[in-house]
Amino acid sequence: MPRTINASLSTRPAPDTEAFPFEKERRRTLVSRPSVSDSVFRSVAFAAGGITVAIMLAVGVFLSIRASDALGVAGFSFLTEQEWSPESQSFGIASVLFGTITIALIAMCVAVPLALGTALLISEVAQGRLRSTLVTLVDLMAAVPSVVFGLWGVFFLQANVIPVASWISTYFGWIPFFRVSDASGDALTDASAFTSSAFIAGIVVGLMVVPTQTSVMREAFSQAPIGEREAAFALGSTRWGMIQAVVLPFGRGGIIGGTMLGLGRALGETIAVYMIISPIFTINWQLLKTGSNSVSALIALRYGESSAFGLSALMAAGLVLFLLTLVINFTASSIVARSRSGAESD
Amino acid sequence: MTLTETTLTPAARSTHIPSPDGIAIGPRRRVRSARVGDRFNVLGAAAAAMALATLIFGWVTPLSGGIGWTIVAFLSFIGFYALLVSFTADFQEVKDRVMAVLLSSAGVVLFGALVFVVAFTLVRGQEALPHLNFFTESMEMAGPLDGLDVGGILHAIVGTLMQIGMALIITVPLGILTALFLNEVGGRFARFVRTISDAMTALPSIVAGLFVYSAIIVLITHQRSGFAAAMAITVMMLPIVIRASDIVLRLVAGNLREAAYALGSTRWRTIWHVVLPTARPGLATAVILGTARGIGETSPVLLTSGVTAVVNLNPFEGPMISLSLQVFDFVKSPEPNMIARGFGAAAVLILLVLALFAIARLIGGRGPGDLSRRQQQRVVAASLRDLQRITIRGDLRHPHQPAPLPPAPKKKESSS
Repeated sequence: MPRTINASLSTRPAPDTEAFPFEKERRRTLVSRPSVSDSVFRSVAFAAGGITVAIMLAVGVFLSIRASDALGVAGFSFLTEQEWSPESQSFGIASVLFGTITIALIAMCVAVPLALGTALLISEVAQGRLRSTLVTLVDLMAAVPSVVFGLWGVFFLQANVIPVASWISTYFGWIPFFRVSDASGDALTDASAFTSSAFIAGIVVGLMVVPTQTSVMREAFSQAPIGEREAAFALGSTRWGMIQAVVLPFGRGGIIGGTMLGLGRALGETIAVYMIISPIFTINWQLLKTGSNSVSALIALRYGESSAFGLSALMAAGLVLFLLTLVINFTASSIVARSRSGAESD
Repeated sequence: MTLTETTLTPAARSTHIPSPDGIAIGPRRRVRSARVGDRFNVLGAAAAAMALATLIFGWVTPLSGGIGWTIVAFLSFIGFYALLVSFTADFQEVKDRVMAVLLSSAGVVLFGALVFVVAFTLVRGQEALPHLNFFTESMEMAGPLDGLDVGGILHAIVGTLMQIGMALIITVPLGILTALFLNEVGGRFARFVRTISDAMTALPSIVAGLFVYSAIIVLITHQRSGFAAAMAITVMMLPIVIRASDIVLRLVAGNLREAAYALGSTRWRTIWHVVLPTARPGLATAVILGTARGIGETSPVLLTSGVTAVVNLNPFEGPMISLSLQVFDFVKSPEPNMIARGFGAAAVLILLVLALFAIARLIGGRGPGDLSRRQQQRVVAASLRDLQRITIRGDLRHPHQPAPLPPAPKKKESSS
């Protein structure tokens, strides 16, 4: 950025009136009037920024207006009701919100170790060409369409993960989350009880958000000061010792912020979740068992058959999702920004 | 430099290379690569882990399936490796080695998954891709039970191209102008815009779809259309383009800008003649990456445009399907042929994304201001032309004065 020159002219020695007999030198003004093209550019650029903000505001405003109808009817029970039948005036997002959050949390369990490991691998272990190749691959992974991940989840992962899920539920069934049982409480071992579960959807969504998290974390790690890295090595630390003592403490903001950015992504993921889960409208604590739901899958499922009021209810669900991701994202951005030193932020 | 060196006579100051004769030179030490023992540790641990996994797997644990075997083998590999390293090293070094293995395996798992997802789609897509009609026909005349030699995804390809084209018409100027606003104009409002556009990157795609549905379809057009889908894709692509161009513009070297200002150019001329040309490859990359994201969006198109089986060339009327939505629609059917078509469409989609990515790498591989050889030649030729023009003009004005010496053609300075 070009800085405005603020060197003051008054510090000059007073002009010698003998040498300049004409008139006392006037203080020159450094402010120049912008040219026409400049002011046009300024206003156009300002308008572009304004339009961007306006679009974002419009998303919130339109959703709120459309949702107010349904929210007025449902009131507070919108957050506690599990059923979704707007036609009979009983609808709420308790179950879909629960499903959204469980899928996102499972995704975090998959994604955070992978992202942390990959980010450290790229910033600390890999060198030269390998490093730039890995960075490119992470970027590429972020661009793989979610419908492709969904295909993979449905046609490959599902069949191969069921034995693992079944094993977990057999040996860790005493933990309530991992238990898979029917209505009367008997443990189920049939493979069909494990399909289309929140667990499978969570794994796929986890793989989808790893690139986001990796790039934020990698950037934070690479900003750990070189002097302190070398000091750690000079004191005889191993590479992992250096990472523990220097890189991880410096990158803590990046780790937390990256994790939350990924969480925001995971909450909003639609099509892959929709393809994998079999939608239900009750709170399902058994993560490995068939049936889950998410806010975005609910919208994709019901938008077609909805009446005007049903659509308003869907808008209300979308508004909740929007606010949730907005809060998480703002928190994450501020954590990432605060952990950085200096003005550069991207 | 020590005192004794500085007091030497000038003759003795020249560098004296000691003769290598008579000095024993040991074998060159390799400081980077692994020692033989380390390699044996890895190999031994891997062999032992595989053996143990096979042993336990068949008889002791009830785990089944390839993933189960891999998990058992991996865990025992870590254990054996730690044991082998601990024979020769202390605890700190064992920890270091084990963590290095864990970090590398995180990378291997992630990139293995990426390669696998892509390869799986391409391999399963092979069934449908060889049929030429897959690219030249729509699904208008094809039913779910028809073979793969009938029907295709022409309508989806056309729809994707039209929607992305319309989205680009809005996104490119708006995104780059906003990025210019963030970088070149600045101020408090610009910081606010940056915060908002950062928040927009996490906007769930289904919410973008809902927004366009309530703002454009319900209020204005009253029907689903390709235009509405393009608007939804625009909402998703805009923040990506803004962020990426913002980063690129920030990388333009400040001394280039300052040189332009010092020559008396106005702000707009500086941007048009210096900043934008310097950042051009990076901006192209930003736009291409945004396009790659936009092509893959499914749920906004599902809400705003809907499914159709015919080629629709009118963006303002009737549903217009895109490739990703077509994939989604195909695999909802239980028919094997439809699923094969779905994988074929997904393979086309992913090839498109890969191609865009490769182009982005080719264009944006170098930093701003870093020119290829041909670009350098072009810059040199342009400055020679300028020189000629200036000298001719100068000669016309002052015919008696000698022409100024031609300055050596300089290549543009790379970013610092």
